[in-house]
Amino acid sequence: MNWTAIWLTIKLASLTSVVLLVIGLPIAYWVSFSKWRWKFIVESVVALPLVLPPTVLGFYILVAIGPHSPVGRFYSDIVGHPLPFTFEGLLLASILYSLPFAVQPFAAAFEQVDRKLIEASWTLGASRLRTFFKLVLPLSKAGLITGAVLSFAHTLGEFGVVLMVGGNIEGVTRTVSIDIYDEVQVLNYAGAAKTAAFLLVVSYTVLLVVYAMNRKVWAVWPQK
Amino acid sequence: MAAEMIVEVTKTFPGRPPIRAGIRYPLEASTVLILFGPSGSGKTTVLRSVAGLEWPEHGTIQFASKTWLDTAAGISITPQERHIGYMAQDYALFPTYTVAGNIAYGLGDLAVSDRKKRVEEMLELFQLRGFGRAKPQELSGGQQQRVALARAVAPRPQLLLLDEPLSAVDAPTRLQLRGELRGLLKQLALPSIIVTHDWTEALTLGDVMAVMSEGNVLQIGSPQDVFSRPANADVARVVGVETVVQGTCVENHEGLATVQVGMISLTAIASPEIDSDVFVCIRAEDVTLELAGSVETSARNHLTGTVQTIASLGALAQITIDCGFPLAAVITRSALSELGLAVGSAVRARFKAGSVHLLSRR
Repeated sequence: MNWTAIWLTIKLASLTSVVLLVIGLPIAYWVSFSKWRWKFIVESVVALPLVLPPTVLGFYILVAIGPHSPVGRFYSDIVGHPLPFTFEGLLLASILYSLPFAVQPFAAAFEQVDRKLIEASWTLGASRLRTFFKLVLPLSKAGLITGAVLSFAHTLGEFGVVLMVGGNIEGVTRTVSIDIYDEVQVLNYAGAAKTAAFLLVVSYTVLLVVYAMNRKVWAVWPQK
Repeated sequence: MAAEMIVEVTKTFPGRPPIRAGIRYPLEASTVLILFGPSGSGKTTVLRSVAGLEWPEHGTIQFASKTWLDTAAGISITPQERHIGYMAQDYALFPTYTVAGNIAYGLGDLAVSDRKKRVEEMLELFQLRGFGRAKPQELSGGQQQRVALARAVAPRPQLLLLDEPLSAVDAPTRLQLRGELRGLLKQLALPSIIVTHDWTEALTLGDVMAVMSEGNVLQIGSPQDVFSRPANADVARVVGVETVVQGTCVENHEGLATVQVGMISLTAIASPEIDSDVFVCIRAEDVTLELAGSVETSARNHLTGTVQTIASLGALAQITIDCGFPLAAVITRSALSELGLAVGSAVRARFKAGSVHLLSRR
C-alpha cells in the first residue's frame, strides 16, 4: 500500500470538508432563505459539478489558475510559484468539485427548519445571525454532518479533476485513486487491490456513520 | 397609562379578499384585545403584521406613540426591535432546548445570575417547577402552552400577542386552560392582543374585541356589547350569539343551574367550573316564540315580554323581546305573519336549559 498517497488523500479530503463547511454554510443559507427570483441561477451553478465531466471541470480550473490567466498570475506574483500541479491548486479544485455535495445537504437541512421557530426567535429579540447559530445550526446538525462527510468521501475518490489540475506528483498531488491507476498500468494488481480495498473500507465506514447518525441508532442508549 | 394601538394596513394574498384592517384602541396595562373572526378573515395576518412577521403593502402600525411601520415614510421596525411577546398557534417551542433554555432564550441581554433568577420566577409563575430540565416534547399540551407563554413574557415585553392560544389542545383541556390563561393574563398585567375564532374565548378572555370578516374590521367594543348589540347584520352573522347578559348563578342542583338575570330566573345545564358571576349566552335560533297563554312544553325556560324590534334577515326575521332583559330570537317571516307580531305585541319565548350557555365572568 502506498501510505504517502493515502495520507495525502486524507489530508486533502479533510481540508476540503473543513473549507466547505466554512464557505458552504453561507452559500446554503443564502440558497434556502433568499427570496430572490433569479436564485435558481446560482443553485444551478452550485450543482454544475454534479453533471459536468471531471475532466471538463478540471480543464477549466487549470486554465483559470494557469500562468496565462489574471488569477494565476496574481497568485504566482504573491506566492512565488504558479498554482497548477501543487497541493493548494488541488485543494481549490477539490473544493469546487465537491461544492454541491456540501451545499445541497446543508440547504436541505436549513429548509427543514420550521419557519415558525425562526420567527419565534426573532420576536424574542435574537438577530438573524444569532438565530442562525443558536437555533438553525443545532437543528440542522444531521444535514451538516451529511454534507461534511459526503464532501470528504467524494474527495477521496476524485480522479479526473486531480489528474487535470494536480498531475501525478508523488507526495504532492498523487492521490489514492491515481495511485491505483498507476499500479494497474504497471500490472501490479496486488498493490492496486490493497489500496482499492482500503478506499472501499474507508468509504463504506464513512457512509455507515452518516446513515447511522441520521437514523439516531444511538438513541437507544440512555441519554445524559 | 394607556398605550394607543394603531393599525391601518392593507395586505393582499393571491386568491383571497384583500385585508384592509383598521384598529385604533388605547390599551391599558392589562387590557386584552380580542381579534375575532372566522378563519380566513385576516385576523392572524393583522396579528403577524403587529409582530413584524408579515409586511403589509400599505399602512401604518403604531404602538405607545412609536411607529413600527409606515410604508409611506419607509419606516419598518424589525420584530427584534419591537419588544413584543409572541406566541404562535402551535407554540413553536425550540426542540433543541430544555424548558429552562426556551424561557431563557430571549434573556440574552441579562447577566447570567439575573437570567437564572428570571427563569426561576417564570417556572414558579407558570407552575413549571421541576420541569426546567425537561425537553418541550416530553410535556403535555397544557404544559407546552405554559412554557410558550413563559418564554414570551420572560423578557418583559411591552405587548403580548397570542395567536389562537387554545386551539392546539383538545376540548376538555381547552376549558381548563381558558380559565388558567385568564388568571395569568390578569396577573401579568400586560396589554395583550389575542386572535381567536371561538366566541366563548372572546367573552371570557377579552376586555375589548374587534370583529373581523373578509379582511375588514367591522366593529370594536366590549365583548358583551358586540354580542348583544352587533353594529350590523355581518357582525351578527360572524359572532353568532345574539343574547349575552350578565347573571348570577344562585343554585347548582342535580345537574341544573338556576341563574338570576335581573328579576328573571333561568334554568341552564350546570357545569362544575362555573363561578357565581356568569355571562348568560343564548343563540337567537334556539329561542322559539308563541303567543302569550299557550300550553306547557318540555322547554325549561318560558319568558313573557313585549316585542321591541323586528329586523328583516331575508327569509328570517330577528326579533328582540323585552322580558326583563333584551332577548333575541330568529323566526321565519311566515311565522312572523302567522303570529301577527308587531312592535309592542305580547309574546312568550321558550328555550331549553341546554340552550343557555354559562361563561364565568372575571
